[in-house]
Amino acid sequence: MSGQGGTEAVCSSTCCGGVPGFGVAALNRLMPMHLTVAANGRILRVGPTLQKLRLGSRLEGMQLFDLFELRRPKGLCHVRDLIETDSGQVSLAFRNGVRGNFKGVAAALPCGHGVLINLSFGISVVDAVQAYDLTLGDFAGTDLAVEMLYLVEAKSAALQESKKLNLRLQGAKVAAEEQAFTDTLTGLKNLRAMDHVLGRLIADGTPFGVMHVDLDFFKEVNDTYGHAAGDLVLQNVARVLVSETRAVDTVARVGGDEFVLIIRDQIDLQKLGNIAMRIIARLEEPVPYNGVYCRISGSIGLTTSIARGRSGQARILKDADLALYASKDAGRGRYTVFTPDLERARRSPDI
Amino acid sequence: MHGLVNRSIQCFVRDTYGTGCWNRVAAVLDLGPDGFETMFSYDDAVTQRLMDEVVRVLDKPHDMVLEDVGTYLVSHPNTESIRRLLRFGGETFADFLHSLEDLPDRARLAVPELRLPCLDLVEESEGRFALHVENLHPGFAFVLVGVLRAMADDYGALALLDQRMAPDGRYVVDISLLDSAFAEGRRFTLARPVGPAKEAAE
Repeated sequence: MSGQGGTEAVCSSTCCGGVPGFGVAALNRLMPMHLTVAANGRILRVGPTLQKLRLGSRLEGMQLFDLFELRRPKGLCHVRDLIETDSGQVSLAFRNGVRGNFKGVAAALPCGHGVLINLSFGISVVDAVQAYDLTLGDFAGTDLAVEMLYLVEAKSAALQESKKLNLRLQGAKVAAEEQAFTDTLTGLKNLRAMDHVLGRLIADGTPFGVMHVDLDFFKEVNDTYGHAAGDLVLQNVARVLVSETRAVDTVARVGGDEFVLIIRDQIDLQKLGNIAMRIIARLEEPVPYNGVYCRISGSIGLTTSIARGRSGQARILKDADLALYASKDAGRGRYTVFTPDLERARRSPDI
Repeated sequence: MHGLVNRSIQCFVRDTYGTGCWNRVAAVLDLGPDGFETMFSYDDAVTQRLMDEVVRVLDKPHDMVLEDVGTYLVSHPNTESIRRLLRFGGETFADFLHSLEDLPDRARLAVPELRLPCLDLVEESEGRFALHVENLHPGFAFVLVGVLRAMADDYGALALLDQRMAPDGRYVVDISLLDSAFAEGRRFTLARPVGPAKEAAE
């Protein structure tokens, strides 16, 4: 097939679609996706991998532009024009069947006998191996397509593992948050922690006082000066509550601007009342923020673990809540001790 | 040691001997419910303790356990992705053997922190190879023997494997390739099989 000597031999081999100096086997090995095209557009020879993509039809003898759509460079209709561009780079796509773009480079055959085009799948190789059931042997030894497929598969396996890890970490984070006992903004105990402490004290029969604290005018601070100011005020409230209680007591933030204090071993209403008054006084101290003063106050409902003899957690909290509302109703900035009267008043409100 | 190594041993125990068996190992090592994370790095001492415990629980020689891990990595459905990545090495078992020299680089492409020992393949005569294994981890050569046995089966090749210690202290795996088309071998396509059902049926 291949011409070995003079110009005439080269030309005659070129007419059969060969490339001078190369046997067909060598050409197929170097460029299994090449094709040679005569100057009139007739396909003279195609590499074995390219033919494999169209198993049903013989590509040799077809017109190049019947088989392929020329996507780049646009607007050319003559085979010879392909090699006029500087780099000879072309982009082709099958007109029928499975699409997919080919990257290619075109070079002139000697003596104006047409062009040699070497194609590759480019980035579409992942889809191509799927569509055409290609094997390692279908690619040239120098083609990085197989390395790319390897990399795609290896990376997706690694990514899969990372995803699994992320899911597990996410699950662990949610679980940790659910189990957390701390309010992240103030560093106080949260509702969960307060439930826990109350439950334990009641189970142990330890006497304690309970204060339900609700901030007054906090919404106004938030609305007027913004959430940053609100957060600052809440952090200040937390400092006040902690400093006015002992280490054995529990201070919990149980809502946006609601707090519950559990005063351990203290059921003396007089002493609890004094603590409540001190707290209110300190809450009313203005908090400087960006050149202004944020002013709030607090209303408190107070009860003890023995107010009704022995009672459950929910009952005690409800009583403290009733007392708190009595404070609010009476004009805020004060504390109220729970009495059964409050409950009766609540049940049959004044009309 | 890279978490992939510890995780491989964990999955080998779990998939081959059952969850109960793995739980016994995990309890001794005081591991969490998920065991090892593939993408973490662990102290070498942890891997050492893991292997000691696995050897104790399975009551098998250390080297044989490692060889079984290698076979598991290629032949178990749960580790199909590893088998596939290895099959990218070549169309025949001989091609695959030659591709082993690229294995550490390929592994690093997939997982940048994963360091595998350098492998040198010498073709001593037609069908006779000597694979020299860098002395990075003492156990790696045994895992490799398991991998090679299973890959020979995968390609349908008949090969005899032997191992020895070379004078330079490296392990050498001697491979005699008796018949490269001894059996049909398992199917491999470059395209990833679609859906797990097909994979399981293979």
